[in-house]
Amino acid sequence: MNLFLKLLFRNRLAMIGAVVLAAILIMVLLTPILPLHDPDVTATADRFKRPFTEGHLLGKDHLGRDLLSRLLHGTRLSLAVGIAAALIAATIGSAIGIIAGYFGGRTDNIVMRIVDMLMAFPYILLALAIVAALGPGLMNALIAVAVVNVPFFARNIRGITVGLAGREFIDAARLAGMGHTRIILTELLPNVLPVIVIAMSTTVGWMILETAGLSFLGLGSQPPQADLGSMLGEARSAMISHPHTSIVPGIMIFLIVMSINLLGDGVRDALDPRLRAGALSRPLATTLVQRQGDIPAATDDLLAIQELQTQFHVGNHIYRAVGGVSLAVKPGECLGVIGESGSGKSVTALSVMGLVASPPGVITGGAVRFQGEDLIGAPYETLRQKRGDRVAYIFQDPLSTLHPLYRIGQQLVEAIQSHHKVSKAEARLCAIQLLKDVRIPNSEAWVDYYPHELSGGMRQRVGIAMALANEPDVIIADEPTTALDVTVQAQILSLLDDLRRDRGLAIIFITHDFGVIGQICDRVAVMYAGQIIEEGPTEVVLDAPAHPYTKRLIACVPELGGGRRELTAIPGLPPVVDDLPEGCAFAPRCEKALKSCRAGDVMLQGTELRVARCLYPEEAL
Amino acid sequence: MGGYILKRLVSAIPVLLGITIIVFLIMSLIPGDPATAILGSYATPENVEKLNQDLGLDKPMVQRYGIWLGNMLTGDFGRSYSLNRPVLDEILERFNATLILAGTSFVLCSVLGILAGVISAARQYGLADKAITFVVLIGISVPSFFLGMMMILLFAVKLRWLPVSGMYAIYGGGDLPDLLNHLIMPALALATVATGVIARLSRSAMLEVLRQDYIRTARAKGVPERRVIMGHALRAAMVSIIPVLGIQAGFVLSGAIYIEIVFQWPGVGRMLVDAILKRDLLLVQGGVVFVAACYVLFNIAVDVAQSLLDPRIKT
Repeated sequence: MNLFLKLLFRNRLAMIGAVVLAAILIMVLLTPILPLHDPDVTATADRFKRPFTEGHLLGKDHLGRDLLSRLLHGTRLSLAVGIAAALIAATIGSAIGIIAGYFGGRTDNIVMRIVDMLMAFPYILLALAIVAALGPGLMNALIAVAVVNVPFFARNIRGITVGLAGREFIDAARLAGMGHTRIILTELLPNVLPVIVIAMSTTVGWMILETAGLSFLGLGSQPPQADLGSMLGEARSAMISHPHTSIVPGIMIFLIVMSINLLGDGVRDALDPRLRAGALSRPLATTLVQRQGDIPAATDDLLAIQELQTQFHVGNHIYRAVGGVSLAVKPGECLGVIGESGSGKSVTALSVMGLVASPPGVITGGAVRFQGEDLIGAPYETLRQKRGDRVAYIFQDPLSTLHPLYRIGQQLVEAIQSHHKVSKAEARLCAIQLLKDVRIPNSEAWVDYYPHELSGGMRQRVGIAMALANEPDVIIADEPTTALDVTVQAQILSLLDDLRRDRGLAIIFITHDFGVIGQICDRVAVMYAGQIIEEGPTEVVLDAPAHPYTKRLIACVPELGGGRRELTAIPGLPPVVDDLPEGCAFAPRCEKALKSCRAGDVMLQGTELRVARCLYPEEAL
Repeated sequence: MGGYILKRLVSAIPVLLGITIIVFLIMSLIPGDPATAILGSYATPENVEKLNQDLGLDKPMVQRYGIWLGNMLTGDFGRSYSLNRPVLDEILERFNATLILAGTSFVLCSVLGILAGVISAARQYGLADKAITFVVLIGISVPSFFLGMMMILLFAVKLRWLPVSGMYAIYGGGDLPDLLNHLIMPALALATVATGVIARLSRSAMLEVLRQDYIRTARAKGVPERRVIMGHALRAAMVSIIPVLGIQAGFVLSGAIYIEIVFQWPGVGRMLVDAILKRDLLLVQGGVVFVAACYVLFNIAVDVAQSLLDPRIKT
């Protein structure tokens, strides 16, 4: 609740709304004791007196009545009627909703059917029908507006109640022998009340507007009594000659509705947890780059990630997801990158083509060189032309990474047409061939299916086919087999392996599974807390890990035919990357850590082929 | 697809029946004797008796409903006493005008609202986003009837760019340019609030979609950003925008009542208000049922559009 108020107060617009609304409410409450003219006394001699004349701040209307006085009395009436309608609608609607939701079954069914019927009307029409039957008049307009809003409350509150009615505390109350009425009043109502209040705060503006509208049409308040709507309606005939009599009540309605809207938006935003976390911001087309420090020189690798630093800036926190990572691949080579979740391996991979979501992602240092050309900070069009064409990605979980509303053929065709000027028909033939390449049988038929109609393994093959579409030089595969079962995984791996041998493409393979690394990778790099902590040829690292973390990680993998062996999990959790410990990041979890491990940064040590970031490696390097 | 449309049409029958029942029940709430209400308090008892028989008011309620419904199904909505012509003829003539006004407004608010929402989301926190958010805030807070009046003052009276009111010029005119000239202001005034609501919703729907994995996939393929936004993202966002378009169509249709009064547009809304003030209940009853039924059918069209867009909906 405190957090809610804090967020609400911090919202400047909501505060403006609150202040305006409070000012109007105070004025309206003070109206009876303010020294105002009688709102109903006519003086036809000075009709349409202009505003700011002596004694009549807002001038006079078509019958010579004081406009300020009429405005305040009218506002008072409009607010009172609107709020009364909201209260009536909320009370009746919530009662219906609670009863339907609590009792369920047939009661629920019948009630909700009726509610659906009422909601099928454009609802001012329903209000008109009610006013037509009851006859014009403010009281009848109030009833009409209240009635047409009842279904809204009934439906919302029913939804909440259904959720609550199945909960333990309701069962407990029932077992304790409480009657239905008591359960509803003492157990359900207190839980539903906040929702009712919020629903009311968002609809009261509408109800004020609707009653004003009915009065404007001459169906609400009748002369001489006037709310804002009928003031506006009466002034309309003289609108062209004396606009001030229309503008005054019009602006007042506008101010009331706007301040209620502002306040309502503020309440809603403060309650929406997604907005709280600031997560509802969209990623830019490329990752933001704010590079500091020197840019490393070019190498002759096909793709080289050099001293890459990628951070997430969330509020005042800086999360160093990637803290100076260097990796490189040559044509036909497969490099494995392994680490626990949160070790920064995916962020490293996404940084290559500027695909890290930003905000909050920022690349703050290093370089990514494709054939020597630095891609960090490159113009969008340069990056776009390389994306999918020279460097392609395969992502995990193809159900969420394929667009659900496009046929897989369309998605493949698009990948091709983004980089090559070919006709749709040609691209379609390519797409079918690609599906054949990834061993999808009967691909002429599958090309016209939607992703949700395919199995998980099929979808992953489509993901691979899409990565292959433009015969790229490098494929970055981010856990492409994690969501799949073992047999499908084996097929996918051998498929990738064949492709790399046939086409000479380089693969960066990201995974948290040493078994997968052993099957496909020439070299492996181990990541921990945003850094490479060990790198070397796969067999060497698997047989004789140098870093204690690598050793423990390998020990976690069960081996078929390995006999009985105790599987040891690594105690503790990886460090949070906005608060890294000094020295070796793994030291707090390492059994062999010494005092020297916690003082000063540990550098990668070893030969060019084989390195480890450890002062006391398990194996000589 | 044909099967799906048929299924939806069949499922609309109970809703349409419900509408007629609700309208019938509301109308039977009328305090006192409807015949007296129609003929006025100076009517002779014989006349009241005769009208009661003509209207079938001396029969039990269920039977009355049955007769009324049966008549409506054969196209007989009764006779308007104030206009002295068949209710259905009057409605059809007026509905044409309302359809032109509300239809134009609906197209305007859909196109402008979605466009504003997309721009706003694509330039989140930028100048365009802030400007649009501000205009939208004003737009959804100003009552359409007040906005209409102010537009008349500015564009018709002060600047003399557009005609003050009506659907066609009284002398000459009557052609399409004349109609469009008269249509601009009321259509805009009617579309304003709905445009704001749709813009807001489109913005948040786009923001939601732009964070999805498949957008990253599209970018990773090298799809140009314009196509990512206007193709991939907007298409997915439409899944949550379309139902709101259906709801807003209802608001546009209702709001037409005010706009028709302000701009003296000869539509159903003005007819209904006149009929209520003249206590011409058969006309009110017929008009409400007719418009509500059209809205139900429109919503079926919305559902069909949704199923065309989203292959995951079982048709």
